[in-house]
Amino acid sequence: LRLPETRTDAAMSELVPEPRPKPAVPMKPVSINSSLLGYIGIDTIIEQMRRKTMKTGFDFNIMVVGQSGLGKSTLVNTLFKSQVSRKSSSWNREEKIPKTVEIKAIGHVIEEGGVKMKLTVIDTPGFGDQINNENCWEPIEKYVNEQYEKFLKEEVNISRKKRIPDTRVHCCLYFVSPTGHSLRPLDLEFMKHLSKVVNIIPVIAKADTMTLEEKSEFKQRVRKELEVNGIEFYPQKEFDEDLEDKTENDKIRQESMPFAVVGSDKEYQVNGKRVLGRKTPWGIIEVENLNHCEFALLRDFVIRTHLQDLKEVTHNIHYETYRAKRLNDSGGLPPGEGLLGTALPPVPATPCPTAE
Amino acid sequence: MSTGLRYKSKLATPEDKQDIDKQYVGFATLPNQVHRKSVKKGFDFTLMVAERINQTVEILKHTVDIEEKGVKLKLTIVDTPGFGDAVNNSECWKPITDYVDQQFEQYFRDESGLNRKNIQDNRVHCCLYFISPFGHGLRPVDVGFMKALHEKVNIVPLIAKADCLVPSEIRKLKERIREEIDKFGIHVYQFPECDSDEDEDFKQQDRELKESAPFAVIGSNTVVEAKGQRVRGRLYPWGIVEVENQAHCDFVKLRNMLIRTHMHDLKDVTCDVHYENYRAHCIQQMTSKLTQDSRMESPIPILPLPTPDVETEKLIRMKDEELRRMQEMLQKMKQQMQDQ
Repeated sequence: LRLPETRTDAAMSELVPEPRPKPAVPMKPVSINSSLLGYIGIDTIIEQMRRKTMKTGFDFNIMVVGQSGLGKSTLVNTLFKSQVSRKSSSWNREEKIPKTVEIKAIGHVIEEGGVKMKLTVIDTPGFGDQINNENCWEPIEKYVNEQYEKFLKEEVNISRKKRIPDTRVHCCLYFVSPTGHSLRPLDLEFMKHLSKVVNIIPVIAKADTMTLEEKSEFKQRVRKELEVNGIEFYPQKEFDEDLEDKTENDKIRQESMPFAVVGSDKEYQVNGKRVLGRKTPWGIIEVENLNHCEFALLRDFVIRTHLQDLKEVTHNIHYETYRAKRLNDSGGLPPGEGLLGTALPPVPATPCPTAE
Repeated sequence: MSTGLRYKSKLATPEDKQDIDKQYVGFATLPNQVHRKSVKKGFDFTLMVAERINQTVEILKHTVDIEEKGVKLKLTIVDTPGFGDAVNNSECWKPITDYVDQQFEQYFRDESGLNRKNIQDNRVHCCLYFISPFGHGLRPVDVGFMKALHEKVNIVPLIAKADCLVPSEIRKLKERIREEIDKFGIHVYQFPECDSDEDEDFKQQDRELKESAPFAVIGSNTVVEAKGQRVRGRLYPWGIVEVENQAHCDFVKLRNMLIRTHMHDLKDVTCDVHYENYRAHCIQQMTSKLTQDSRMESPIPILPLPTPDVETEKLIRMKDEELRRMQEMLQKMKQQMQDQ
């Protein structure tokens, strides 16, 4: 349970931007020897928060990056079990690969168990598809920073919205082509640049092209290359909060990731059950079967265990880094609407529980 | 050059599987399987494989002599690791076009020389171009490459790693690729028409061949157990892909085409079309240069200055190194003798 914290009001002009200002984590409460004389009902806070979340719902913005044809849209549709992304294979003949990287954000509202999620899938058609792909990550980096800027502008407004619309990218799935050899120069370039501003989760696409042995070797090699190149993918080591986090995340970082996945929106009958899969002449590949591929691991990771953390790291770390840099660079407030002029001292940011 | 020999394709019969020579492991497995069988006449065949592995484009040559039933084949496989892997792949096919041109040039020189008895034919007879199965058709770099090479070499496009596609996807991809080849005006190798006097079996096979292009292939150097038999394949948790099973991929069609039925035609087209184009272009350039220089010369073409190819340069460098090392050693010995 993480309570919203206040940031210390050091004079903003003296703020030295650390590359990654860590959030002030509330220390675990020192256990006071208080024996409660009766039931107070503090624990109901969880239920209250749950009810609130159910009423307000929450935003989740996921970006997919990778060469065309790696199954990005299919995978996102499989993750969220709905048609939230339009497959490029369904493009008609006139729609060509875009000459420059385009950013297409499409929002959907998904509801499950009374909880509403406003899911935005951000597609990046054109990435890595040209003959010359130099700097093709720049439009993507620009987009990510623009969302931080949007949020910042809202935040520094005098009259702010109660709930600032959050378009910031919480998670970026980067699709690695399953060549079986190594990461390509473009993969390294992209991840080097973007891992500094957004949570990157590398994913090995179309993993049904590798045998178990090839998969395991490839994953090892990819992990090594990411390490050698100093690329910190999510969950980043430096943000592990306690030993529990570290143990859990270490296991994910060193063994499971990058997840080798297969996506599908078609169902087949296997052993009396209907499963999502791919039917080949030599067998049916079951997407949610852990013996076949790691889709279920990715799904559980992104949605069932680390969704909230993805948002928090985005808000507390990436966004704060951007904000600190902006405030320092411009020597004051970024220009915004409703400000009475830059003569005003910068408003210390108060916690943003309203964002969720 | 054309002997008019027609190699009738036999219906697939199980043959003795020879052990794979381990020195080819790590290499594109496709040519390994292709050259296990050979043909009834000894001659040279040079196969070029355009694939993507490393970061800079290299040209690697592997030559092997194969003999089967008294027939000798000198097979040269030219690999092009690094093709298409960089961030900026502009003109990444240049080392390849250069290589092809160099072989033509060498042949041209040999042909125009005095001793023409033992000309070695290093010209590239066939280029297997591997299209990624992960795309939705041809990528810009595929189109760029093929357009740069289609007038110089027989291009046989293949869909690589076809075991990651289900049958409907393969069908769609093949259609898309065929459409795009048409659209972009790419001249891939065309299977010649059957002679009308061929038997129906052969004609049927020929039809099937043409309809299956581009071939969707899978390669494997490992032998797995499937249905009680040992076959070359890939073992997945959900099943076994058999390379030589026509229901699984087009490997057998490719092998038949490349070796059993069209090897000779590939060579013919290389000699009669691509090489002749090169030669005519070359001569034209030389004669136009001559007229530009306004010199009146005899029609004997003056050959362009020999440019040492990469291999020769490497050799020269190696020899220089050797010489240097020997000189160093000699110096040391001299010194030692003086010290004593």
